[in-house]
Amino acid sequence: MLNACGVSSLEELFAHLPEAVRLGRPLDLEPGISEYEIVQYFRDRAAENGNGYALFLGAGVYNHYRPVLVDAVVSHGEFLTSYTPYQAELSQGTLTSIFEFQTMICQLTGMDVANASMYDGSTAVAEAAMMAARATGRSRVLVARTVHPEYREVLRTYARNQGMPVEEFGYDAKTGMLDLDNLERKMDDLTAAVIVQTPNFFGIADQVKEAARIAHGRGALLVATFTEAVSLGILEPPACADIVAAELQSFAISPSYGGPYAGIIATREKYVRQMPGRLVGQSVDSRGNRAFCLTLATREQHIRREKATSNICTNEALIALMATVFMTVYGKQGLRELAGQNLAKAHYLAGKLTPRFSGSFFNEFVVNVESQAVDELNRSLLKKKIVGGLSLGRFYPELAGSVLLCATEMTRRADMDELANAIVSAAAAKEVTA
Amino acid sequence: MNRVRQHLSQNERLLFEQSSPGKRAYQLPELDVPAVDAAEALGAANVRAEIEGFPEVSEVEALRHFTRLSTWNYAIDHGMYPLGSCTMKYNPRINELVARTEALAWAHPYQPEALSQGAMKVMAHLEAALAEITGMDAVTLQPAAGAHGELTGILLIRAFLEKCGNPRKKILIPDSAHGTNPATAAIAGYAVENIPSSATGVLDVGALEQIVDQDVAALMVTNPNTLGVFEENITQAAAILHKKGAMLYMDGANMNALVGIARPGDFGVDVMHLNLHKTFSTPHGGGGPGAGPVAVKKVLEPFLPVPRLKRTGRKWAFDYNRKRSIGRVKAYYGNFGVMVRALAYILAHGGPGLRNATMDAVLNAVYIRKGLEAYYDLPYTQPNMHEVVFSDERQAKLGVRTGDIAKRLIDYGFHPYTVSFPMIVHGALMIEPTETESKDEIDQFIEAMISIAKEIETDPQLVKTAPHATRTSRVDEVAAARKPVLRWKAA
Repeated sequence: MLNACGVSSLEELFAHLPEAVRLGRPLDLEPGISEYEIVQYFRDRAAENGNGYALFLGAGVYNHYRPVLVDAVVSHGEFLTSYTPYQAELSQGTLTSIFEFQTMICQLTGMDVANASMYDGSTAVAEAAMMAARATGRSRVLVARTVHPEYREVLRTYARNQGMPVEEFGYDAKTGMLDLDNLERKMDDLTAAVIVQTPNFFGIADQVKEAARIAHGRGALLVATFTEAVSLGILEPPACADIVAAELQSFAISPSYGGPYAGIIATREKYVRQMPGRLVGQSVDSRGNRAFCLTLATREQHIRREKATSNICTNEALIALMATVFMTVYGKQGLRELAGQNLAKAHYLAGKLTPRFSGSFFNEFVVNVESQAVDELNRSLLKKKIVGGLSLGRFYPELAGSVLLCATEMTRRADMDELANAIVSAAAAKEVTA
Repeated sequence: MNRVRQHLSQNERLLFEQSSPGKRAYQLPELDVPAVDAAEALGAANVRAEIEGFPEVSEVEALRHFTRLSTWNYAIDHGMYPLGSCTMKYNPRINELVARTEALAWAHPYQPEALSQGAMKVMAHLEAALAEITGMDAVTLQPAAGAHGELTGILLIRAFLEKCGNPRKKILIPDSAHGTNPATAAIAGYAVENIPSSATGVLDVGALEQIVDQDVAALMVTNPNTLGVFEENITQAAAILHKKGAMLYMDGANMNALVGIARPGDFGVDVMHLNLHKTFSTPHGGGGPGAGPVAVKKVLEPFLPVPRLKRTGRKWAFDYNRKRSIGRVKAYYGNFGVMVRALAYILAHGGPGLRNATMDAVLNAVYIRKGLEAYYDLPYTQPNMHEVVFSDERQAKLGVRTGDIAKRLIDYGFHPYTVSFPMIVHGALMIEPTETESKDEIDQFIEAMISIAKEIETDPQLVKTAPHATRTSRVDEVAAARKPVLRWKAA
């Protein structure tokens, strides 16, 4: 090969690089290791992580069982090692599955169209706000404080340089639901989007219809998000929203210390040309057979460059495929049953405790443990191989002393009993010392 | 040996067309707590009706459905995937295995740091390796893909310039750049000024000197550029920018040409992103997930997204308290599962192995150039690195365009190269073989390309109507866009 290339050494292939830019030494990295040693390296790292704990954390990332078919399908090299399906004739497998994904997301959310995926829920929400600004010609964004705190942080990062002021509106201290009066007061005619989450960050099925009415009354779009997609097996979908921008991690995607997950953007037919991201459409091939291809690409960066609706290129296709297989395995009946099990488990646990808010919840709820006691409680739980709930003071100073607890179909009754006992006795101990 | 032959390809209906009521593919355990009445717990108004149209199939039907669909895809596992700028290299399966290690794959992002030390060590190890590979001072792993990394990088530049008193107005972008570059600049609130390449397709430093003024925040450059040519004047370009207080951003999409050979940090780059799904072998998965770490010089480090990994004594911790940070670009810490795969790749190769991979990638691309330059027009003739860009000029005279040649390549059992990009080459054929292709595979590719060049001279129509061997013939993309059908609906 060197002969054919007209050089006598591999180094000569780089002879045209200016001397000054070349690295005059080997990279300061360890020499390569064998397959077995790589396995051992990651086993060692895994051993340094927590192992075998019962988990009561949700807060945007949920521990659901992954049906074996999911891994079986995404382990097919034909899905795993293929590129973005620009060449339709060689990519009908990916294209067809994305078309099915788009369809199922519409069925699930009550929207007309859905794209092929976004990076995750947090960036989907930020992109939805930008999309609403384009659709309305306005710029202000009102976001509920019950939207995932990290989603709101990402929204602010994106909005800052888009000339999009972001303001927050509150929640009712008793119900844990949207403070609709507060929203009404903060609404104005410059607002492009009102962003709400349901179930909200406290796990509560929130008043999306009322928020939509208020937003629409002033000409703004309603953006609905969710982090717990399994809830849609049983909860009314946010079909009154104009844009649904959400997270599918619950659909067979392992928590994987924060990613990769898959975001979605779904919307009404009339906003399709404002959507970010890839879309698959149905067409025919030259023999007249049904075929699928990427479409409406004139919204996208590789065609429109600085005028594109977004800069997104690579998305989360394989993760969206995992969600597609998950939705197929559970199907119409199974997703409902799965959601029912989540509801039952969380309500069993809540029955032993006193939820702080009165709003009806799906598989997460807030309990009050008294400030200072939260850390103490969680430390004592770790000794029992239990990871307790999220301490809410981290994101909501006014809720210091409260924890957000989650139970899914994977949560065992014995662990819930143990957790509830620990919380109740921590509260009792507090009373004694007080 | 002929590379393709017909084989059994099964037709398959959409899931919705084969559903029948009551079929199920799932099993749930018996509830160990009392069932709850949904209407009672949630309020009747909050409970949905059944999900209309949702699939109802059995387990074997579900598996067969997706397996049949998989047979309609081409993949790296089938053969060479010569997409220029996409770096479609072999995806080692060890990466997949270790990414599924239970205590890593099932680690919750909010579990206590004391229970996350292994995951944090993986991230710290990868950050350090990427800093050494790029010659930069600090790395954030938070961005989810290349374009997301670009946005992060430009926001860092903006934050730095704001601190200096003026965020400035525009970003300079060569006309050969990826579309994500200008789209990113716009989202970061900058105007885009496209700058023409020189006659030889590289940065024109003379012109650059004229353009750079107090309004320019940065130049975004891909190096080697999208012609596969190293920007030989990169250090001068950096000096011109720095003299006027502007910064140099490097799109790391083509880093597979440089690892172990040259480091952006050593040639004046201030901030860059990497694509772990390109250079570092994590699978493309039909379009993602990726990961787009951003590497910066010290001066930009205070602005990196929160949280930052930091070492306190013998433990790793996350530092959220960073006043100058641009904020978060994504929830949690980034696409950790992709980081695990990329680190496995780096561990497997080690320093010398990474350098060898780069040299093989360049050798393969130069070899293809030598093999095809007698048959296809090569508009830019400087030495190329990991990819080579031809033009369809000769074939276009016979009415056959780069898109047709690409489709004909399918009949020969290869995925097409990148078509019609970069835009500075009229009718571009952009070819990147990567280091993981053997001489035998590349020889077959060259042979196929030569054969197509000859077909165009004798039977152009054959090429213009390709592909002929696929189960799906040429798809009507115009019809798809004219009347979009974006979801299945019951008849």
